[in-house]
Formats: sequence, structure tokens, C-alpha cells
Amino acid sequence: MIYFDNAATSWPKPPGVAEAMVRFLEAVGANPGRAAHRLAVESGRILYDAREAVADLFHAPDPLRVVFTKNVTEALNLALRGLLRPGDHVVTSSMEHNSVMRPLRALERDGVQVTVVTCSPQGVLAPADVAAAIRPATRLVVLNHASNVVGTLLPVAEVGAICRQRGVLLLVDAAQTAGAYPIDVEAARVDLLAFTGHKSMGGPMGTGGLIIGERVEERQLEPLVRGGTGSRSEYEVQPDFLPDMCESGTPNVVGLAGLEAGVRWVLEQGVETIRAHEVTLARALIEGLLVIPGVTVYGTLDAERQTATVSFNIIGMEPSEVGLRLDDEHEIMCRVGLHCAPAAHRTMDTFPDGTVRFGLGAFNTMAEVEAALAAVEALAREVR
Amino acid sequence: MTTGQYTVILLHSTSHAIHAERLLNRAGIPSKMIPVPRHISSSCGVCIRVGRPDREAAQRVLQVAGVEIEGTHDI
Repeated sequence: MIYFDNAATSWPKPPGVAEAMVRFLEAVGANPGRAAHRLAVESGRILYDAREAVADLFHAPDPLRVVFTKNVTEALNLALRGLLRPGDHVVTSSMEHNSVMRPLRALERDGVQVTVVTCSPQGVLAPADVAAAIRPATRLVVLNHASNVVGTLLPVAEVGAICRQRGVLLLVDAAQTAGAYPIDVEAARVDLLAFTGHKSMGGPMGTGGLIIGERVEERQLEPLVRGGTGSRSEYEVQPDFLPDMCESGTPNVVGLAGLEAGVRWVLEQGVETIRAHEVTLARALIEGLLVIPGVTVYGTLDAERQTATVSFNIIGMEPSEVGLRLDDEHEIMCRVGLHCAPAAHRTMDTFPDGTVRFGLGAFNTMAEVEAALAAVEALAREVR
Repeated sequence: MTTGQYTVILLHSTSHAIHAERLLNRAGIPSKMIPVPRHISSSCGVCIRVGRPDREAAQRVLQVAGVEIEGTHDI
């Protein structure tokens, strides 16, 4: 069995993740921040440890400016809905996932102006095109760090420098890179980093969050959800400080205990080491696919310029058919179709059929890449 | 608890109190998280208790780290 769907969610999880979750459920279990007894305080400490681990991973200076959400989609909605007002202008790329596009299209109805900068068919974004799209009313630039469809990395640090110079905030969707590619929010001048816990950070589903930089003032950020926080309980208005103002209701401490363990594992391995392993696998996969007659590979074809997510098609066979047969006949699990990113597929000229996507992760091996190449070769031979 | 031995430091929330606890721990100042005594405030659920002799040192550690202190009370 070969699991190549890590771009959707990573599996297996690093050692220690399930154990941390079981430990929380069996030995702690209490609601953090709602009482002062020892179990509640221990629960609060686990939550804090998770914030600290996440801050360490992204070189964020203040763990209390790490806000947890249920996934990256919620984090992106919090940032977009929380910061943009009618009359504001926002710039994004044509390679975005619907987690950015759909909130933006809804905000557009409310009077926010949206400019979508076109990327090349390989998914490459020119920083100068972003600079040219910035206007006096531009409040925010929002970009994915790497495409979920084709893996292409976007030049976030270059755009970060432009944004800082022009007085615009930069929001980065790091769903595909967090834990798999080095990210330093200070060096790259990222004001808001949205991440998901259940992909390369090694955590379980139901974990994600937003890192809120110092340039974002609390009073400018509207919470998505309001309610109990365990703080300022004498007031009926929402607290105005982080992280509480954006974290109403009982948090997913069991999930975040797992996320902390996952991130600690990533930090022990070293993001650079994980990245080097994934580049080696991605390079072998791309080169292997390119020499199979009848196979089209998308993207830059350069493993250094992308994540270990590789999209391709077998000419003459629908992606859905390829996916079904890889699963049925070769026990290879991948994703096929449009990958929740219609704009990216239009940019790549793979709309509406989509692609076959192999999402490799830290636990995949070269032997699995070779087996998958043999399987694709066998399918491609049938339609030649 | 004998009156006059301790000082409590009030912070915004439990998250901030744990943050403060970590900073004090690293600085070698013994501290304990306790429920906020009702006669002081009905605000956040927990606060940090330190020994009265560590009062100034603890405040300094938190101030240097940029932690906002809501109040300091000897108990």
C-alpha cells in the first residue's frame, strides 16, 4: 500500500502524536483556562506548549500571537473577514485554493475590490506583477506559499519586501509548506501566516491556526466567532487581546496535544532534512514520469522550485480512471480531479478535467516512488 | 496560607499566566498558578503567586519580556 495523498492530509503521523492525544484524554482531560484546578492548569499548559512549538517552527517571536482554529480554511477566513472592509482592495494570485478564493468572492459582494494576478501555466508568480497591482486602497496581499495542485512555490519573501515597502499587509496560506519547507515569518516579512496542523506539521485533523504579526493591530481584527474565553468573564463584550479574542469556545486540546508532538518531531528531524528528502523523491518522480511516453507532467519540472506534490495526466485516460486503477490494481492512494482550486487549473490549462496528484510526504520512500512509476508506466502503455 | 507571605500577579488570561509562569521558571523564580482571590478581582480565572521577597524581581522579568501586568497585590 502506497499513500501518496499527503497534500490532502499526512499519513502516517509521526511517532508520539497518538500517544500525546491518548495521554491528554486519559490523564488530563480538563478544559483549559476555565478553572484553576491542577488538571485545568495542565490542560492550559499543553495548549501553551502547542503555541510555543508552532511559534518555534515558524520563528514567530510571541507564542501568544498564535491563534488556533480548526484548520487553515478557518484561519484564512479569520484573516480575510477580520481585516478587509468595504472599499478595501486585496491582491491575490491565480493559483489560489478555494479556501482563499471563496472568501474573497464573498467579500467582493460586500464591496471589497479583488485583483487576481495571473501566474504562468507552470504556476510561477512574478513579484513585479504583484507590485504593479498594488493601489492606494490595497490593504492586503494574500498568497499561497505553494500550490496544492502542482506544488509550485510562490516568492513570498520577495512579495513580503514589496508589501513592507508599500505599507500593505501580507497573508500567506502555508497549508502545503508548513513543516515541509523552511518558513521564517520575520525574515520573509509575513504579517499573517495561516497554517494547517494535519499535513506536514504531523498533527491530527481539526488543528490549524493563524500567526498574527506585530503589524496587525488587535483593534483592526474582527473575530469570526465570539463567546466564552475564560477571561474577562465579568464583561459581556469580547476581550480585545490575543489569543483570547480569536479563540472563543472550548479549544481542541486533544488535537493540539497531538499537533505539539507532531511539530516537535518535525523540529527534531529538522525542516531542512525533511525538505531534502522530499526534494530527492520529487526529483525522481518528476524525472521518471517525464520519460514515460504519453504522460504530461505539470509545473516547473524542477523539484527545488516546488513541494513534493506532483501533478500529471496520462493522455487518453481520464484522471478519475487513473485514480481508480492506481488504487484497485496497485494500492496507490492519490487524489484526482480539480483539487478545490479551479483558478489554478484554469491557469495551468487543466480545467475542467483536472490532474492526477501524487502528494509525497516525509514518510514516503524511493522504493514507493519506483513502484508508482512502474504502475503509471503500465497504465500509460495500455492507451498508447 | 499565612497572610503576608505572598504576592499575586494578575494577567489578562490563563494563556498569559502560563506564559508568565514559563518566564519566571526560566529566571529561577518559584511561582504557582492559583485562582484569583475573589476579594482582589473577578477578572481572569488564574493568577501567578510568588513569594513576597521575589515581588520586584518577578515584575521585572515580566516587564522585560513585554508581558502586560493587570495588577500586583500582596496577600
